[in-house]
Order: sequence, then structure tokens, then C-alpha cells
Amino acid sequence: MHINWGALLVVAIVSFGSAVGVVVLIAFALLGLSARAGGTAAGGTAVAGGGSRLGLSPAAGTFVAALCLLAAAVIVGYGLWIIIS
Amino acid sequence: MIVIAVVVTALVFDFTNGFHDTANAMATSIATGALRPKVAVTIAGVLNLVGAFLSVEVAKTISSGLVDDTKVTPAVIFGGLVGAILWNMLTWLFGLPSSSSHALFGGLIGATWVAAGADAVKFGAVVTKILLPAVISPILAGLIALAATYLAYRITARGDQATVSKGFKYGQIVSASMVALAHGTNDAQKTMGIITLTLITAGALPSGSGPPFWVIMSAGLAIALGTYLGGWRIIQTLGKRVSEIQTPQGFAAEASSAAVILASSHGGFALSTTQVATGSIFGAGAGRRLASVQWGVAGQMALAWLLTLPAAAIVGALAAWASSSGTFGTVVVAIVAIAVIAGIYAASKRQPVTADNVNDVPAPTPAPAPAAA
Repeated sequence: MHINWGALLVVAIVSFGSAVGVVVLIAFALLGLSARAGGTAAGGTAVAGGGSRLGLSPAAGTFVAALCLLAAAVIVGYGLWIIIS
Repeated sequence: MIVIAVVVTALVFDFTNGFHDTANAMATSIATGALRPKVAVTIAGVLNLVGAFLSVEVAKTISSGLVDDTKVTPAVIFGGLVGAILWNMLTWLFGLPSSSSHALFGGLIGATWVAAGADAVKFGAVVTKILLPAVISPILAGLIALAATYLAYRITARGDQATVSKGFKYGQIVSASMVALAHGTNDAQKTMGIITLTLITAGALPSGSGPPFWVIMSAGLAIALGTYLGGWRIIQTLGKRVSEIQTPQGFAAEASSAAVILASSHGGFALSTTQVATGSIFGAGAGRRLASVQWGVAGQMALAWLLTLPAAAIVGALAAWASSSGTFGTVVVAIVAIAVIAGIYAASKRQPVTADNVNDVPAPTPAPAPAAA
């Protein structure tokens, strides 16, 4: 009975990295898009250091969002490529 | 004669596999309203069909490894399939997301055991290829979904909530589609592998050949049709009875499922898409602060998972024993199986769960979360 723990660890790390990565990227993208909606809706004072991000102009917010979405799309695209090839 | 029976039975199994597993990809999307129920199952069905055509790697691995394939006859495969189908129907009746793959493996193992003796079952491979991934993969998926959900809420807490909720809703459509596609490439192929193996043992195909086009097409269609009809009972369990799921959680759960399934099939680990998806949904439920997770439901599922392999093995063993005796035995097994399936279907009609009422939870479990937490 041979168990390939190394490969198992790689699978764990890769899936953790990609899933959490995509979700975090999308979350930041939505934060960026919130700037367009004048996003001070929910408790802007909550976390220190968060203020600067809320201070984004709509244009900058859109730019951040586009960048994050692009990065997420690359990860998802790679996933698709793995399925197909 | 027996070959035709096996092919038909395999396609029936594929069909039950489809409606059993619609929930994996679509339960949270339906629960959060990201997709309307009918739209969700249509997308899942189509992507399962597409997925069936993308690769045949899994189809090749299914036939080798767990049992000694030189000792397998069409009657054994028939028995194994009957065991798997009956277990799938029973768990569907109770709305439990058990693994269709484990039902299939269990049925085959039981059938091989009675037909060719315990030596023909490779128990070492059963532990490393089935039991170990079954324990690790849902926990891994759950932890990933937990972390992803926590971060998603933490990051977007300062954003515009309408934008955030809508954004994750669109995200869910993509992530659910990825899970459905990954499911198609994995599960449709299990049936293709079975049919191909049967054709090879019957001499209709040369040894070592891949699945012919009609096999890929019919297996893809069977799983797509099953997926489209939707296992609403299981969708309800995963979408509504585990936890109250919001769009960020749904997205995090589906992203985790897709990542784990893809990474492990690329790394050569066979795992149950059902167990991964279930683990993710529990993780996502626990990742939102103050969200309540119905751990009692988790207990029921864990029990069903433990029972799946041995239960399908026992039914598979009985069916293989009877159908090995000849055509008469095969016919008897088929008739009994059809009768049991009809009975389960009739029982399900007493409390039907459909596309229209899937999001209404009739009787939430008596003791809500505070007691269980």
C-alpha cells in the first residue's frame, strides 16, 4: 500500500491557492466596483487602513476591478485548459 | 443478451448519477437565487454533455485497478450496476448527497467478491484510491471554502453591499458552470469505462481500445438528461438544510469544489465530486460569522457516506450471484430491481420536491443551530 503524500500535498496547496486566490480577487474587484456606486454603505470605519481603499475614485475603482477580474479570469482559464487538454 | 442488459443498466446508472449530482454544481446557486432552478439544471445538463466529450482519461482508469479485470464477466458488472442504482435511488429518496462513484465501486467490489472470490478484489487499492480520498477531500474542500468565505466577507465588508451581492451572483454562474463541467468530465466517463469494459470482455471490441463514439454520446446524453431532470430532494438538502447560504458563500463553495476536483483529477486522485461539494458547502456555511450550520444534517450525511460502499457491495453481490446463474437469473434480478425502483419512485411522490418548491424548506430540523453549536 503506497500513498503518494507529496502529490497529495501539492494538490492541497494548489487547490487552496487557486480557490482562495480567485475568491479574494473577485472580492477586491467588487470592492473596486463599489467605488462607482459611492460605496460607503456599510460601516466604512470598521477596519484601520481600509479608508484609503474606500477613498478610491470611480475610475480608479474600475481599474482595480478590471485588473482583479482579469487575474481571476486567467486562473479560471487555466483551470478550463486543464480540463480540456 | 447479457451485454445488451449491461449497456442498458449502465446507462440507467448514468442517469441516476446525473440527477443525484445536479446538486453538487447547482444547489447553492439555486438557493441564493443566482440562477432560477430550471435554468440551473439546463446549464448543468448541457455542460455535463460537453464535459463527456472533453476527455476519456477517467474512462480508461475505471476499468483497471480496483478489481482483477481478468476475472470480471458481464454478469458481474450487471450485478455491480444494479447495486449502485438501488443505493442511488434510496439515498435520493432521503435527499442524502451520497457518492455515486462509491456506489458504483461498492457494487463492483461486492459483485466481484461473490463471483470470483475475495482475491479478485484489490483491498490495498480500495484504501488508497477510495477510502483515503473520501476522508481527506471533503475536509480539504471544507477548509478552503471556510477560508475563502471568511476572506470574502472580510474584504467586501466595506464595499457597497448591493454591488457585492450582485457581483458574487454573477460569479456564481461561472463557478457553478465550472463545477458542472468538471463533473461531466469525471462522472460521465465512469459509465463509458464500464460499457467499454463490457464490450471488450464480450469480444465486441479489441482489448485496450477506447470508448467508441456511440458510447460517449449515449453516456453523455444519459447523464445530461438525469442532470436536467434534477435531483430536487438533494438540491434542497444541500442548498437549504445545511445552512442559510448567501451569494459570497455560494461562490466560495463552488470555487473551492471546482479547484479541488480539477487539481486532484489532474494529480491522479479519483475522488467523489459529491463529497467535495458537500464539504465545501459546510465550510462556506461555517465561514460566515454568526451563520448557523446544521451539524445534525452533517451527521446524517456522514452515516450515508460510511454505508454507501458496503451497502452497494451487498446488493451488488446478491445481484451478481443471481445473474451468474444464467439468463433466467439475470431476468429475475432485472425485474426485482425495476420493482424496487418503482416502489421508491412511488414513495417519493408522497412528498414531492420539484423545481417549484425546492427553496421552501417544509420542516426545518427540530433543534436549530444554537443547541448544536
